[in-house]
Amino acid sequence: MSEHTEESVRAEVRQWLADNWDVNLPLLEWRGKLVESGWGAPHWPTEWHGRDLPVGLVPFVDEEFEAAGAIGVAMIGIRPLAAATILAHGTDLHKEKFLRRILTGEDTWCQLFSEPGSGSDLAGAITKAELKGNTWVINGQKVWTTSAHRAQYGLLLARTNPDLVKHQGLAYFILDMKQPGVEVVPLRQMNGHASFNQVFLTDAEVAPEFMVAHDGDGWEIATTTLMHERRGADALKKFQKPSSRPERIFREQADEIKIALEPYTWYPQRAGRADLVIERAKQTGANTDPVIRQEIAKVMTLSKCAEWTARRARAAQQEGRPQGPEGSLGKLASSYVAKTSNNVHTMISGADAMLTGEDSPMGGIIAEILISTPAISLAGGTDEIQKNIISERVLKMPKEPRTDTNRPFKDVPKNLAS
Amino acid sequence: MKFSFTDEQAEFRNVLRRFLEDKSPTTEVRRLMETDTGSDPDVWRQLSQDLGLTGIHIPEAYGGQGFGISELAIAVEEMGRSLLCAPFFASTVLAATAILKSGTEAQKKAVLPGIASGDTIATLALAEASGEWTTDGIAMTATQQGDRYRLNGTKSFVLDGHTAGLLVVAARSEGSAGRNGVSLFTVSGDAPGVERALLKSTDPTRKIARITFSDAEAELLGTEGTTAAAIDSTLDVAAICLANEMAGGADRLLEDAIDYAKMRVQFGRAIASFQSLKHKAADMLLDVELAKSAAYYAAAAVDDGDDDVPAVASLAKAATADAYMQTAIHAVQIHGGIGFTWDNDTHLWFKRAKSSEVFLGGSAYHRERLMQQWNV
Ligand SMILES: Cc1cc2nc3c(=O)[nH]c(=O)nc-3n(C[C@H](O)[C@H](O)[C@H](O)COP(=O)(O)OP(=O)(O)OC[C@H]3O[C@@H](n4cnc5c(N)ncnc54)[C@H](O)[C@@H]3O)c2cc1C
Repeated sequence: MSEHTEESVRAEVRQWLADNWDVNLPLLEWRGKLVESGWGAPHWPTEWHGRDLPVGLVPFVDEEFEAAGAIGVAMIGIRPLAAATILAHGTDLHKEKFLRRILTGEDTWCQLFSEPGSGSDLAGAITKAELKGNTWVINGQKVWTTSAHRAQYGLLLARTNPDLVKHQGLAYFILDMKQPGVEVVPLRQMNGHASFNQVFLTDAEVAPEFMVAHDGDGWEIATTTLMHERRGADALKKFQKPSSRPERIFREQADEIKIALEPYTWYPQRAGRADLVIERAKQTGANTDPVIRQEIAKVMTLSKCAEWTARRARAAQQEGRPQGPEGSLGKLASSYVAKTSNNVHTMISGADAMLTGEDSPMGGIIAEILISTPAISLAGGTDEIQKNIISERVLKMPKEPRTDTNRPFKDVPKNLAS
Repeated sequence: MKFSFTDEQAEFRNVLRRFLEDKSPTTEVRRLMETDTGSDPDVWRQLSQDLGLTGIHIPEAYGGQGFGISELAIAVEEMGRSLLCAPFFASTVLAATAILKSGTEAQKKAVLPGIASGDTIATLALAEASGEWTTDGIAMTATQQGDRYRLNGTKSFVLDGHTAGLLVVAARSEGSAGRNGVSLFTVSGDAPGVERALLKSTDPTRKIARITFSDAEAELLGTEGTTAAAIDSTLDVAAICLANEMAGGADRLLEDAIDYAKMRVQFGRAIASFQSLKHKAADMLLDVELAKSAAYYAAAAVDDGDDDVPAVASLAKAATADAYMQTAIHAVQIHGGIGFTWDNDTHLWFKRAKSSEVFLGGSAYHRERLMQQWNV
């Protein structure tokens, strides 16, 4: 353990904020100060914009920022996953080139994993990467790529050798999205938003130094990214809300949220908005209906238990202990909270659940919940895949016999449809 | 017959299914759901004039086909399966049934042939801003003026209310409460004092409107103040038809999801071969078949003149609504990412399921009503 304590960290960050937080700074300049001081990502290594602070103390830093009303770094969307992957497996060049701009929000990232033929079975990727001369040339198609239309860089999983078994013939690249071989086509979702995309890669290029780790390590690196994604998908997931304060820095942040976070505007709704249930029940008078009261109590119980389970998992992490089973359950719990909340919001709204748009409850927020919650059981790994992981890795139940890992990838049956 | 269909009924279903597969593929559903009217006049003409569907349960004496609620239920089940965009539920199920149950002989003779032939599109305006499909929920007032009435108030969640030529409107005499004093009236859709607004709906394949009446001139159906029972039994028939429509939609969702699962390969095998998916599919089939049993039983109970129609109507509505929504959730899930896209058709039924869940009253309301009907 370090010499830091909660009190010492709180005092230090409070002092630093008192000396530095300035609503009249441009947002980028403020973020630059965060990066230089290490307070933007205090648990990161000192040489990479951090302070080597134990993870367990980070929440106190966050609380002090919140108390001061200070804006933090731009860790939202795929950025935290990119940063975690680069910190774990990247070279100094990667860290140099990408980490700072991830924190300042200058670069947006996307995750080019899923393909038309491989979603749950990500290791079944068929997007090809071929070394031609001194350049990796990429050909193939990715799909469901959230915020690809905004991204400067993509985390790319691609196949370098189809003669190897499926998990071995993969490599992991950092792809420059702003090049001629990358075509991004938005896909409309059932809730009307178009936050994910099809990405067509035609002779897109990656310099060899932007492969992460080595050829053949792709699956292992992708697993790091996914682990961070799934761990982050628990009940503690927070969404930045724009402040209505008039100063420049808040206006810039509101703009950032509007543009860079545009793909995520409906994400709170897909989680079911259990936080709105009681307020809505009181507003509509549904709180006097004994049947609905029971349902509200059930969803709030589920939501609280999910939150506390996530906190147990974080506490273990913060105290440097290995997480127990609670660490693998957050994503699945979130999915059940979302479904149950949808159901309760429907009950509370009654016939108003037939309406959508501005004239519907809460200016359309409720309607958006009702048709967005299915996403949470799919994105970042489906509920079924989560259950397989939980039963096999946590409960150590035997795996189903597999037929796709014992022969060269090129001989494994693939989709007829794709 | 509550537990099997006759050969004629089965044949009727086949003909209708082929017709709807032809006339209401999802490309058409998608085209029509983007329009304000939400219906294709040609298809409406064919289903009313060539197939006689619009008059299916209207007695021959009033220009209809004289079939029962079981046949009407088959028709709506097939329409739910294909998500037909048309004012059928509004005109034939709701309005025609309400007029049949409340109108005088002369009124039925005057109005029903138009509905039966499809020339008149009618609807029932019952629920108000509070969203209750009950006589208690009626706040709108009717004031007598000579042999006509004046209506004042606002109706909401009116199916096809923005296009219907004839509105059947529930209102009460001033000062009345509960089941007393409730009557049905007919009002021309374009009468002075009638203001109609299309509402944006969760389910764009079914159009709903809000209608404001300001001293709108109306004709009383039947006898003033004695219509509560007719409204109740109209709502029973409507709930039973909706149950059948939902069973049809759920059946289609299940079928499409299973087809997809058999085709989709992950981990070198069809996802349908994963045991967890098979168990989900088996549960879905159970849900859908239980729902159908309730829907079919309830429709036949009306034709058999059973006393417990109000109870089984509520039982069927709640059972099928829950099954439909659950099936829709599973169907999206089985499709994976594709299931969440606009271009995949699953969401069209998902949204129908979501809005049907609350249309004509939610499941909690219907389960409570079932308990009351059974004197529990
Ligand atoms: C809103 C949203 C955002 C997304 N953003 C991104 C992104 O930014 N980047 C990215 O790469 N991907 C993204 N995805 C893709 C997402 O990760 C995939 O949709 C998901 O992993 C499922 O893959 P699939 O769509 O191919 O479905 P499939 O894998 O085909 O699954 C279909 C069904 O089969 C089931 N199934 C599959 N395998 C098994 C098994 N072994 N056992 C039991 N059941 C099984 C699944 O659970 C599912 O029900 C996003 C998806 C959504 C919905």
